[in-house]
Amino acid sequence: MKMNGARILLECLKLEGVDLVFGYPGGTVINLYDELMNVREIRHILPRHEQGGTHAADGYARATGKVGVAIATSGPGATNTVTGIATAYMDSIPMVVISGQVTTALIGNDAFQEVDMIGITRPITKHSFLIRNPKDIPSIVRKAFYIARSGRPGPVLIDFPKDVQIAQAEFKWPETVDIRGYKPNLEGHPRQVEKAILMMLAARRPVIYVGGGVISADAAGDLTALARRLQFPVTTTLMGLGSFPENDPLALKMLGMHGAYAANMAMTNSDLILAVGARFDDRVTGKIATFAPHAKIIHVDVDPTSIRKNVRVDLPIVGDVKDVLVKMLAELDKQADGLKELQANLSVWHEDISGWKEKYPIAYKQSTTTIKPQYVIQKLRELSQEDAIMATDVGQHQMWVAQFFGFQQPRTLLSSGGLGTMGFGLPAAMGAQAAFPKRQVICVCGDGGVQMNIQELATMVQNRLPVKIVILNNNFLGMVRQWQELFFDKRYSQTCLELPIDFVKLAEAYGAKGLRTEKPGEVEQVIKEALAHNGPVVMEFKISREEKVLPMVPAGASLNEMVLNA
Amino acid sequence: MHHNSHTISVLVENEFGVLARVSGLFSGRGFNIESLAVAPTNEEGLSRMTIVTRGDENVLEQITKQLNKLVDVIKVIDFSDESAIEREMALIKVTAEDQNRAEVLRIVDIFRAKIIDVTPKSYTIEATGAPVKIDAILELLRPLGLKELVRTGAVAIGRGAKGWKG
Repeated sequence: MKMNGARILLECLKLEGVDLVFGYPGGTVINLYDELMNVREIRHILPRHEQGGTHAADGYARATGKVGVAIATSGPGATNTVTGIATAYMDSIPMVVISGQVTTALIGNDAFQEVDMIGITRPITKHSFLIRNPKDIPSIVRKAFYIARSGRPGPVLIDFPKDVQIAQAEFKWPETVDIRGYKPNLEGHPRQVEKAILMMLAARRPVIYVGGGVISADAAGDLTALARRLQFPVTTTLMGLGSFPENDPLALKMLGMHGAYAANMAMTNSDLILAVGARFDDRVTGKIATFAPHAKIIHVDVDPTSIRKNVRVDLPIVGDVKDVLVKMLAELDKQADGLKELQANLSVWHEDISGWKEKYPIAYKQSTTTIKPQYVIQKLRELSQEDAIMATDVGQHQMWVAQFFGFQQPRTLLSSGGLGTMGFGLPAAMGAQAAFPKRQVICVCGDGGVQMNIQELATMVQNRLPVKIVILNNNFLGMVRQWQELFFDKRYSQTCLELPIDFVKLAEAYGAKGLRTEKPGEVEQVIKEALAHNGPVVMEFKISREEKVLPMVPAGASLNEMVLNA
Repeated sequence: MHHNSHTISVLVENEFGVLARVSGLFSGRGFNIESLAVAPTNEEGLSRMTIVTRGDENVLEQITKQLNKLVDVIKVIDFSDESAIEREMALIKVTAEDQNRAEVLRIVDIFRAKIIDVTPKSYTIEATGAPVKIDAILELLRPLGLKELVRTGAVAIGRGAKGWKG
């Protein structure tokens, strides 16, 4: 059947299972939007800024595991998605972004609202496509979704010129997808798995170090089973939070720059690190030269480029994390004696770890006069449902959430780990809430980042997305201020926001509910009232202004050189 | 630190933007390109790039892995020192007046190069060979008055009976 290119694209989205897109119309996607009125199966949410729409698609993808879809018009609409695309790229989030493009005959002519979007996004996409002919749309869409979600997931851009949206073609959906240059290696090599098991059974001071790859592979259950079977302690990166329940005695919690003392000490003193879906980034390793000096490293990752990029690896296993973990569990079934012996060998290590946990637990000093941000996070955990989704922005509050929220389930933390994008939290929460209208979705922000995409409050109110937004207001860009306090002699260059914003009035102006307190005694009441409200709420907590995130490994220091109280 | 130069062959889809993807990968990740030659192959839709790069073992491992990760890259062949034959062509314009003309001709003859353009004041030479041979002829011609030089960059092919598919 013949149809126009716009309709073909929408039919393809339906066949890919897309039921929700975030997009913003404009001159070069007006034909696409016109066709959208004829396609009832796809729900469309109109953000107030393309960056918000892209982060919302990202939040949707993180919370569901499905491919998030965002649409923007050419030129400024498209460039506004760039931060969102880069954010998704750094955290390996499956996303397809469709940008309008000027008519093919005008490409390269500096036409109105023309940018070379393929060129701009080349280093921040997994792949990109320019559609030149409407008959290519089905195979391009099919490939785009396949590339976005398979292997190490990531964002894919489809640049869609206006004339191709208008032109007619026969719609034919390809039954299969085959890309000769793209064959992700999903199956872990059985011999490597066997070798890994032998190394694990011989370990005396092992640690499992888990990254976001475990969550994107939907392998949290297998990881938890493996850790419990071996009785290996587990530490996670920021992106890995939720892959292992933090109330488990084996949990070391987060490691790295603001990680738990026990986690960093365990890594430094370990004789075996089983790295699963993690990439040894600089916020995790500290100074590379002194990182885990005694450890043999087994590195499981679906992306071969992650292996040996930053650290030496003794045993690489390239494969889908879930496939490898399942194979490891099966292999362990044959090792009853080895496992028994292993347990006897681990008792000293478990004692060391308990000692570190007791010596410096993640903690803070409570106050009766000012609100401690950590207290707010603890109260949020206490008062929210176990499957509540927590989105964060970037900065101090993000680290307090990571340290104090106690994540138990995968896909319950939405946070920009790799790129560290301020302004991410609020729209990401919106995307998750759109995917799960019945679940509690909480967004914790600072008073800095929340203003970077605050306009999406309108989208939340309009679409009845009842996100509970917590602003930890210290009237500072707190994380940079903390660095200035510790490393720049308290020279607070441009980190005091000075003008106090009335966030309650701002919420009300958008039609949302606003609540505020500066009294520790009222925190619980405010959270309860917000969670009970059937609509978006902004909670503003005026917190102790110069509270720091601790412990802290200063940039460039070794993991065991933590600032514990400053 | 001195790093050896390595020759890598990259078979790519002959598609829009593929050169930008490969060269962008090198520049974005701080890898070095000494030369890059690219043209279509005997197979429809397939082009072959020969890239000469420098770096230690770890850098080279990252380069090949990152290249393999590109969707448009079909195969990456990393040639170790003896496994490939490398050739390069240079077009060289030299000053050739009175006393120099005979000397230029002698050098051209020794290197089995060709004169492809002549004027009363210059010769233009076509030289082909391993990159070290091109370096050598340039070394000899330079004192005679080298006016212009164009090199193609190396192309490489594996030794032996097997093609790249094995």
